[in-house]
Parts: sequence; C-alpha cells; structure tokens
Amino acid sequence: MKGNVIKYARDNIDTDVIIPGQYLKVHDYAELALHAMEGLDPDFHSKVKEGDFILSGRNFGCGSSREHAPIALSHSGIKAVLALSFARIFYRNAVDGAFLLPIEIEEDAYSNISEGDEIDIDIHTNEIKNITKNKTYKMKPFSEIIGKIIEAGGLFKYKPD
Amino acid sequence: MNITEKILARASGRPRVTPDDVIFANVDKVMMHDVSGPGVIKVFDKLKKQGINVDKLWDPTKVWVAEDHFVPSPDKVSAENIVKLSNFTKNYGIEKHFKYGMGQYGICHTLSHEEALVLPGDVYVGGDSHTNTTGALGSFACGLGHTDVAYVLLNGKIWFKVPETLYFKLNGKLPEHVMAKDFILKIIGDISTEGGAYKTMQFGGSGIDEMSVESRLTLCNMTTEAGAKNGIVEPDQKVIDYLTSRGATNISLVVGDDDAEYEKTYEYEGSEMEPIVAKPFSPENISIVREAPSVELDKSYIGSCTGAKYEDLQAAAKILKGRKVKIRTEILPASISIYKRAMENGLLKIFLDAGATIGPPTCGACCGAHMGVLAKDEICISTTNRNFPGRMGHVDSQTYLSSPLVAAASAVTGKITDPRDLN
Repeated sequence: MKGNVIKYARDNIDTDVIIPGQYLKVHDYAELALHAMEGLDPDFHSKVKEGDFILSGRNFGCGSSREHAPIALSHSGIKAVLALSFARIFYRNAVDGAFLLPIEIEEDAYSNISEGDEIDIDIHTNEIKNITKNKTYKMKPFSEIIGKIIEAGGLFKYKPD
Repeated sequence: MNITEKILARASGRPRVTPDDVIFANVDKVMMHDVSGPGVIKVFDKLKKQGINVDKLWDPTKVWVAEDHFVPSPDKVSAENIVKLSNFTKNYGIEKHFKYGMGQYGICHTLSHEEALVLPGDVYVGGDSHTNTTGALGSFACGLGHTDVAYVLLNGKIWFKVPETLYFKLNGKLPEHVMAKDFILKIIGDISTEGGAYKTMQFGGSGIDEMSVESRLTLCNMTTEAGAKNGIVEPDQKVIDYLTSRGATNISLVVGDDDAEYEKTYEYEGSEMEPIVAKPFSPENISIVREAPSVELDKSYIGSCTGAKYEDLQAAAKILKGRKVKIRTEILPASISIYKRAMENGLLKIFLDAGATIGPPTCGACCGAHMGVLAKDEICISTTNRNFPGRMGHVDSQTYLSSPLVAAASAVTGKITDPRDLN
C-alpha cells in the first residue's frame, strides 16, 4: 500500500480537532470529509489526496467515541494513520468499521519520515519502506484479533473461531 | 481475579480470564443517543445493502436511548436526527427511549444511574466515550463507536481484550472544599491523558468508601480522559441503597477476590488533596487552584454528565447562596429528575437570585455543539470533562476544567478562585 505522508509532529491529536463537535449531527460521510482535521489544519481538505497517510505522535484519536473521526479521515482519502500510539476507541472504530489502518510505529519512523515522503506499508511483513528516502522501518504487528478483523474487512465480516 | 476480570469472565462464560485474553462478552445493557444513534442507523443501512439481516434486534428490552447532545434541537439537521431516532426505536420495539419534553430525560450517563438502568455486575456498553461513568455502580461500563454498538444490537455480544487494572487508593476523606473532580484531575495530571490507555482504572480505599455514589460517578466519568477502557468501584451498601431508591430490584454485588491482582497501585492521602483546575488545552495540564494563572474569565459553565448531578448543583448552591455572579454563568442540570429536585429544594432560586441562567439538560456547550458555545478568545471555567482546542466552541477559546465549587466561586469573582478564599 503506497501513499504520501501528511505529518503532524505532535502528540494527543484528539477527536475534537479531527472532527469538531458541531459536526456530530452530520452523518453524510462526504460532508464529514469536508471538515476533517478542521480544528488543527484548516488546509487539510485542500491538500489531502486519495491514498495519503497521516503520520503523528502518541495517543492519536484521544477523546470521544465519535466514529465520525475515522469516517472523516477515511472519506478524505486517508488509507492509514501511522502513530506512536492510539487511543482505544479511535483504534477499534478504525478497525471494526474497516475505515482505515491504524499503524503503530516506532520512534525511528516517526522522526525520519517527513511530510510529503512516499512510503509503502506492508502489513504482512510489518515493514514500512520510505521510497523517497530509501529507508525501511518496522511497524508493530497487529494483535491476532485485530489482524483477523482487518483481514475479514471489518467486524461484521469477521467470524469468531 | 479483580472485579473487572470477574465480570468479564462471567460474561464470556469462562471460569477465569487474565489480562490480554481476547473474549467475546455477552452484553447486559446497551445505550445510544442522538449522535451515536443516527450513526448506528447509518451502519444498519450499509449492512442492509450488503445483504445482512437487520430486521430484528437481539433484545430490545436491553437497549435504551437518550436524547442529549443536540437537544432541544438547535437546527433542522438535529431535529431530523431526533425523528430518525424515534422511528428507529418505534420500529425495533425499544421502549426505553427518554424523549425531551416528555417527562424524564437527560444526559445518557446521568440516566444510567438516575433511572437505575445499569446494575452492579452488568456488562454495559454505550455509544459514547463517557459510558465509563457508570462503572461507579460496580458494572463493567465501556464506550464504543457506531459499528460496535450496531454489532451489539444485532448480536448481543462484543469483543474485548481483558484489560490490566490500575488501582487508585484514597486513604481518608477528601476535605470539605475538595470534590471528586479535584481528585480525578490530580490523577490525570499524574498519569497523563494516556496513562490509563486500554486499562481499567479502579478506585478504592477508605476515602472511596466514605464517598457518595455521585462522587464515585465523577471519578469513573473522567477515566475516559486518561484513555481507560473502564473505570470501576467495588459496589457496597451505598450503591444498593442508591439503586433501590430508584426502583432497582434483584441487585447482586460482584467484588474482587482477596488475591485480586493489579498492574500498579497508586496511593493518595485524602487530607493532602487540593482544589485543582486543568488549564487549556488538556485535562492533564493541571494546577492547584491557588497557583492557577490570574486570568479574566468570561464565563462559568456548570453542566454535563461530569458536573451537573444533584450533588454538583448542591455544591454550586452552597457557594452562590446570597452572592452575585460577576461573569456569565450557565447552570444546566444533567437530567429532569435532578432539575426537579433542585427546584423543590430551592437550588434554582439560589441560582436565579445570584444572576445565573438555568438551562435544560443537554450536552450542548460541553462538546461545542450549541447552547452557550464560546467565541474566539473567550475564557471559560467549566465543570465538564475536556478542554481540547475548540472543545467548547471557537478553536481559539479556552476552557479551564474544575469542580462545581471552584466554578461557582470563580463565577462570583471572575477569576479562578479557591472556594476557601471567598469573602
């Protein structure tokens, strides 16, 4: 899975900035996408392209349980968020709803990957290749259940053993 | 096993569970509201298109619905969401739908305890992050998104990874000027907004035994701000009395075993606790009130599931009685039952005499939705739970989180004020 990186080099990107509370009444996915990241980066909508990735620090998606957050990012074209760690409800919403991949990375990938870099994520080898910089990093493998739900295409398609 | 592990073992039909086990837990109660409900309906629509049968819920008697975020409807989209929700509950035979303007209604988490909708030992999930609140009744209470709530509505179960438990022990009572809100802000300041991530935060010790059920609800409510999966207090006679007085029957208590294990224990001395505020822009950014910056406040907001229970209003009334507010002050009881008690016991008169405005139960301005949102550069002290950028309105507004005592004292002076320092 190849794409370019939009980097927010900070921790605790919360759901209030990913999709502000005033839009919680909106359930049209395309309309939510228009307001993605509005609380932090009003230019996000004009710069994001289909297939892009977001790169950020610790505790990405903290705050509310609003599924609007992964929906707004996913319908903006974001295929994966790479972060040092994720808040739990954002993480499981992203996976169970099959909106985007939450990829846990290590410090080397976080500091080395720059805004605009083209990277290639392989969730089978757990490797991230930085095509722009010709470097490779490890991602943390998904836990067993998360891997199976992702493989199935979301919680409703997953059949427990 | 500790209490959370015992509840999850029972719910998953296993003799025992240990942290990191992945289980499917049978759910006892599930909640959605006017934000997560329409989200769930959208998931149902998607499932229908994929040929998945959504004709019947697993058990409509175990589902309840609140109208709380965008009520009273501030605009057409919100009004349509309420209509959608009403059609859904009618079509699926959900009887417990608390509608505004039709008797008891209020913030979902407040209804969970005011209406005794959740009992000790229950696995309770809700389409709202502050579902954690209800763990104060001795239940496993956990917030989920729309897809997961839809899954529970259709299947009656959901997956969990059994969490590690952090144990917070409070030795001795909190002083009179210190509330549960101060204690949980202190904890979040100590462990950070990620410090409880994916874990259980359990509260115990003599200070918790002494604490009212409502104060315990405040503690569990803000475990969400530390990233926790659930907050919990082992239930006792106080919980039984609280729920029985609200009509609950057949209450059985689950408590941890004597050899229960905790990943880590934190100890606090009640007598050493101080009034605390969390400064913008994070609940972990705490300061002792007496050391807080001297900012000119524009507003005091006493509302939300965190800070507008009856006890919270009593605390505010204690301060505001015979005093006048110096800044815009809005007080919104968290449910109609609380509103009514506040009226019957003279609290509303105290608030009005002080110059405050009283609003209806709503999540409203707490999540920046409507009814009292902040303008650019406005500074608010609030009994709510989050103060991220833009949380209560304009992205350049600021929110200080505090107890109702501190919010009321600050309303009187216009500055962040320790209740002990009022004349």
